[in-house]
Amino acid sequence: MFSRAVASAFRPVSRPTFLRPVRSAIQFPSGPSIPSVLHARLLSNETRTAIDKAVSSAPVVLFMKGTPETPQCGFSRATIQILGLQGVDPKKFVAFNVLEDAELRSGVKEYSEWPTIPQLYLEKEFIGGCDILMSMHQNGELAKLLETKGVLVAADE
Amino acid sequence: MADTSGITADSLKNKLTEALQAQHVEVEDLSGGCGQAFQAVIVSPQFESKTMLARHRLVNSALKAEIAAIHAWTPKCYTPEQWQALQQ
Repeated sequence: MFSRAVASAFRPVSRPTFLRPVRSAIQFPSGPSIPSVLHARLLSNETRTAIDKAVSSAPVVLFMKGTPETPQCGFSRATIQILGLQGVDPKKFVAFNVLEDAELRSGVKEYSEWPTIPQLYLEKEFIGGCDILMSMHQNGELAKLLETKGVLVAADE
Repeated sequence: MADTSGITADSLKNKLTEALQAQHVEVEDLSGGCGQAFQAVIVSPQFESKTMLARHRLVNSALKAEIAAIHAWTPKCYTPEQWQALQQ
């Protein structure tokens, strides 16, 4: 129901090719097997390092369910649409699909101390999830922030 | 119904009211029965002079186990003044 509400509130992204495919160059280590009870609470150094690398891989980094072209969750879809409407430069954006990697999916929640996906990072700083982005989008804070960080497509392009 | 999360709007409301000294809490179950999706309006003086990120973090820490068990959690956090202004 969420995605439908968003779809009616905002028109679809006008540039369907806006975001490039999820980059999968970074391999998340599978690591030794850990009892499932502990699994969610332990963020191994390898995973932390891999997420550090992921977060630094572009000025704008999104951890999401699915890909920008095919989001697998209404919240991830809404977030992609917001970034598209804001005019984030695809060259400065990378998305990571947490559904492809269980270690990333649980690890990033602990890394960010944030319990849900999607999660947006801007210059390695955690900005928030879908709700926060939605209200920042609506109150103009997001436009200001993205402008300041210089991650929008130049107006004359 | 065997796959329900065991979480109800009431249980979330009670916990938020207690943990955040919330003056007003509305929790709505959007899941259609499975207990996987909730949205909430939370009004608490503890949100004063906190950014939205900090407010959400406060809520998330109060509901750590619950949020881990559900799919969709959409809180809206207001200070008493903000909430009062919204009611007018």
